[in-house]
Amino acid sequence: MKPFSTHSGLVLPLDRVNVDTDQMVPKQFLKALTRQGFGRILFYDWRYKLPSEAPNPDFILNWPEYQGASVLLTRANFGCGSSREHAPWAIGDYGFRVILAPSYADIFYNNCFKNGILPAILKDSEVDELFRRAEADRTYRLHVDLPHQTIRDDQGLEYAFEIAPSRKEVLLKGLDDIGTTLQHVTTIDAYEKSHAGTATMYAPVDVKYYG
Amino acid sequence: MTAKTLYEKIWDSHVVYAEPGKPSLIYIDRHLIHEGTSPQAFAGLRAEGRKVRRPDLTFAVMDHSVPTTDRTLPILDMDAKAQFDALATNCAETGVRLFDMNSKNQGIVHIIGPELGITQPGQTVVCGDSHTSTHGAFGTLAFGIGTSEVEHVLATQCLVQGKSKTLHLVVNGKRRKGVTAKDIILAIIGKIGIGGGTGHVAEYAGEAIRDLSMDGRMTVCNMSIEGGARAGMVAPDETTFAYLEGRPFVPRGKEFQEAVARWKQLRSDEDARFDMIVELQAETIAPQVTWGTNPGMVTGVTDRVPDPGSFHNPDDQKATERALHYMGLKAGTPITDIPVDRVFIGSCTNSRLDDLRAAAHFVAGKHVAKNIKQALVVPGSRGIKAAAEKEGLDKIFSQAGFEWRDAGCSMCIGMNADVLPPQERSASTSNRNFEGRQGRDSRTHLVSPVMAAAAAIAGHFVDVREFDVAPVE
Repeated sequence: MKPFSTHSGLVLPLDRVNVDTDQMVPKQFLKALTRQGFGRILFYDWRYKLPSEAPNPDFILNWPEYQGASVLLTRANFGCGSSREHAPWAIGDYGFRVILAPSYADIFYNNCFKNGILPAILKDSEVDELFRRAEADRTYRLHVDLPHQTIRDDQGLEYAFEIAPSRKEVLLKGLDDIGTTLQHVTTIDAYEKSHAGTATMYAPVDVKYYG
Repeated sequence: MTAKTLYEKIWDSHVVYAEPGKPSLIYIDRHLIHEGTSPQAFAGLRAEGRKVRRPDLTFAVMDHSVPTTDRTLPILDMDAKAQFDALATNCAETGVRLFDMNSKNQGIVHIIGPELGITQPGQTVVCGDSHTSTHGAFGTLAFGIGTSEVEHVLATQCLVQGKSKTLHLVVNGKRRKGVTAKDIILAIIGKIGIGGGTGHVAEYAGEAIRDLSMDGRMTVCNMSIEGGARAGMVAPDETTFAYLEGRPFVPRGKEFQEAVARWKQLRSDEDARFDMIVELQAETIAPQVTWGTNPGMVTGVTDRVPDPGSFHNPDDQKATERALHYMGLKAGTPITDIPVDRVFIGSCTNSRLDDLRAAAHFVAGKHVAKNIKQALVVPGSRGIKAAAEKEGLDKIFSQAGFEWRDAGCSMCIGMNADVLPPQERSASTSNRNFEGRQGRDSRTHLVSPVMAAAAAIAGHFVDVREFDVAPVE
């Protein structure tokens, strides 16, 4: 995974609460076999008119001034609903590296870290202020510093954001979780041995049921 | 010894490795996979030259995109077919047991886990699907994961997890006739909001939860995620043990008795502390109908579509305005005046035998209204389908004008041909009413199976309490 340390980029303000992962990647795109190419379909139903797939001019992702945006500013409970990791795949492939919101749904939040995306948590009042600034100036940029856990703009505004130290480390080092876990393989072996007799480890018997 | 919650007990017994201040490595007892979120995980394993550590604890099923019509016909959706083929190949190569679409045991992953006894109390169960919370009905710590974590579990049979906070959801009293498990969970989500349980594992308790069958408890736990809680659980009791006994993957004889003795320890201690407690009174819960574009936008059937101005928070006002526009609804409209185009009885929320019985009881001897374009019944598994047919439920539904289909996720997510057309309105027993969920620009109202059946017969929502509904068990 690509490590994350600092990032500067154009801010796209998506002023909606409770944006669910069905909106990020609608169901028909869950039939893929790979993780690539989801950027084109990010926010598909909001972004395109059908059947032509012409860009919907009302949707902010299609506005010319926001092309190249890499910091997504949004509202509470971002990423609720389905566990589909296709959602962060699409966000990352589109070009976003940072999300700023007051809160995230648990599974989505977790999935971001597997894909080198920083979902920073800010206070409601801070998010409000960033929306004010980003909506007043459509060239508004932010500078994100993960080691110091700060974001700042060119006017001198600076906010600190929260992140668990272990999460921070994963992003900074671009860690492969599986590789890290496999370092504990003897501990896993021992766990399996010592728990083999409990209710959690019954071997399957057969699958005959309802005739 | 400090008092522990059920969640903490299961957590503690599954910690493989822990360091202070860091997430723990926890063991996963059962890993369920399906065609939609697993291909990239297997590809990742292959790319790194890694093996599936415990194929014997991994169970695969085809459910999300399977046709619910005749399965002897070729699959015309090439993308879906590629996923079915990939799952079959991946399972064959790694030794994972697969229930393919022609298996007698095929069904929605969260239906067949419990039905086959793969899910058992005290376990950790994960699946690349947010409705994995369903399995918590057995006193199981069960939650949805992303594809990277699916790959992690395949490779290590473990997950790196931080401990969640605990939420005690207590539903006291007895529910009224016509009020179901679905209405309880929708009322809970309406109360706490769709982000209310974020960061928490919910434990459902109280008389109204204890009174539910396993089918009902699964409905409640299923929608935990719709309240933001990644997992929801009910402590196992005699209802749980009676359900499990004799199921294929459940131990038998003396081993079963020993297991029950262990399972009886799985309960929150009397003085265990929860981080948050929410209480509801079952008598006050009316049959619920969602009016908006998330499951928290819900109200009683005798209420009206709310006015955006009635919300204090400007974000809620905007979201309500947007939702009413999307749903094609006017503020102030009585819920019972909303006409329905299609009815869907199915999904991992409400496609079990109890659900089908309740719906069949309502429609027996009646016929769907003229304005209903389609009324679908999609059993959650082929096992349930066979059991329902044995009771003659299929005939009751067919005679009432419903289509009786084969098992799968179907119109809950619309990945197969069962899609809700644009601007059409459904009464659906599924779990999500997000924009476009059942089909682009389609309009979903989440309801119980009895309400869906009643809407099919009347052509609009009705107060089912005024009708002959199956008695509360």
